Amino acid sequence: MAVPRFWREIPNRYNLVGARCGNCNKVLFPPRYICPYCRRMGKLEPYRLKRRGKVLSYTVVHIAANGFEDQAPYLLAIIELEDGPRLTAQITDCNPDEIKIGDEVEMIFRRMGEESQDGVIYYGFKARRI
Amino acid sequence: MDVGIVGYGVYIPWYRIRVEEIAKVWGDDPENIKRGLLVEEKSVPGPDEDTATIAVEAARNAVKQAGIDPQGIGAIYVGSESHPYAVKPTATIVAEAIEATPDLTAADYEFACKAGTAGIQTCMGAVEAGMIKYGMAIGSDTAQGAPGDPLEYTAAAGGCAFIVGKNGSETLATIEDTYSYTTDTPDFWRRDMRPYPKHGGRFTGKPAYFKHVLSAANGLLRKLQLTPQDFAYVVFHQPNGKFPMHAAEELGFSKEQVVPGLLAPKIGNTYSGSAMMGLAAVLDQAKPGERILMVSYGSGAGSDAFSIVVRDTIEKKRNATPKVLDYVNRKVNIDYAAYVKFRRLLVK
Ligand SMILES: [Zn+2]
Repeated sequence: MAVPRFWREIPNRYNLVGARCGNCNKVLFPPRYICPYCRRMGKLEPYRLKRRGKVLSYTVVHIAANGFEDQAPYLLAIIELEDGPRLTAQITDCNPDEIKIGDEVEMIFRRMGEESQDGVIYYGFKARRI
Repeated sequence: MDVGIVGYGVYIPWYRIRVEEIAKVWGDDPENIKRGLLVEEKSVPGPDEDTATIAVEAARNAVKQAGIDPQGIGAIYVGSESHPYAVKPTATIVAEAIEATPDLTAADYEFACKAGTAGIQTCMGAVEAGMIKYGMAIGSDTAQGAPGDPLEYTAAAGGCAFIVGKNGSETLATIEDTYSYTTDTPDFWRRDMRPYPKHGGRFTGKPAYFKHVLSAANGLLRKLQLTPQDFAYVVFHQPNGKFPMHAAEELGFSKEQVVPGLLAPKIGNTYSGSAMMGLAAVLDQAKPGERILMVSYGSGAGSDAFSIVVRDTIEKKRNATPKVLDYVNRKVNIDYAAYVKFRRLLVK
C-alpha cells in the first residue's frame, strides 16, 4: 500500500468513517460518492459507524498473508456492524477454537502491518470479542 | 490550582507471562525472584500492539468516561520510552484515532517512566492559563528488558490517559497541587539505535528511585502542609512490587494506604503507565472527599508528586468504562516461546 493511499483512508481505518444517505438512510462502508440504492437522488454524508457488531462467518488462517506470519494461526471474519454494513476483519486477542458465529465484537485499533522495517506503520481496525 | 481530572482511561494487553516461565529459561530460582521483586507475572503486548495502539485504547476509554466532545481537547501529550517511531509523533496518531484533530497541539514526551506525569503537569498549566479547555496526558509503554537481564521479569506493557480540565461539575477529582524533584542521575538509560536499556543494578535503588520519590513526596507535603494521615491512599511508580512498599514505609504511610494502587505484582512495571494506572485503580474505588498522593519516578532522574482530592462526580462517571481490575483479571498466560515470537525476538 502506498503511503498517500493509507493517509487518505485514515478516517475509515481509524474511526470507521463511512457514509450515510440522507435519502434512504442506508449506511455505507467503505464510503462511496454515489448511493447504490438511490443513485442521483442520494445525499451522501460522512457518518462514523458504531464500533459494535457480530460475527457472521469466520475462518482460521494457517497459511498467513505477507507480514502476518507471526500471528498464524489467526482468525479472519465477516463482521456485521450494528449500523448494517458488513466488513472483513481479523479477530484479535482470541484463541481460534473459542470463536462462535454470532459472537458480539467491538472494533478496536491495532497495527495492521508496516511498509518495511524502516517504512511507515499501518494502523487500522480489528475485531475483539466482548 | 483550580484544575482537575475530567476523565481517565486505562488499557492492559491480554497476555501475561509468569516469573516461572522466564526463570526456567535462565536457570533462576522463581521463588527467590518473586520474593525479591514482589512480582508474579507481567503483561505482554500482542503481536499487533505497540505504544500507539495501547495509548489509543486508554484514550478512547478516557474520552468515553469524561463524556466530552473530543474536539474540546486542545492538547495531547504522550509520554513513553517505546514510541513506535523515532521521528513521527505517537500523539498525532492518538489525536486522529479519538477525533480530536485538527484544532489542537500535540507532542511526544520522554522521561523514562515519568513522561506521562510530565504531560499531566503541562496540561495543568495550559488549562489554568486558559490556553486550552481540556488537555490529555497519556503514559503508554511496551517496555523491553534484554533477554536474561533482571529487567525481563518486570518490563511490561500498558497505558493510562488522563483528561485535565478546569474545576467544576465535570471534574471527578481536583488536582490540589504538584511538586517535582529532578537531578542528573544516570541510573538507567538507553542509547540511540540500541534495542535494550542499561541500568546501574543496585544503584537504581537508594540514590535514584528512593531519593527522588521521597524528596518529591516530602516536598509536596511541606508545600501543602499535609501529613501522611491526611491521605486515604498513596501511589508510587512501580518498577516492582517491593520499592513502593518501602517508599510508603519510609514516608510513614501504612500498608493499607499503598496496596489498592499497587499493580506491579499482577502486571509488572508498565513504565510510563505505572504510577498513573495505580492512580486510576485507586480512583476506581475511592470515595468523594478522599485525598490521594501520587508520586511518579523517571530514571535519569526525577519524580512528580500530585495531591488529588476526589469529588462527587466520580460516582456517576467511573462506571462508563472498564475498571483497572477488569483489565488485570482479563488475561491469558503464554509460555516463553510465544513471548519470544510476540516480541519479535526470533532470528529467521
Ligand atoms: Zn440512498
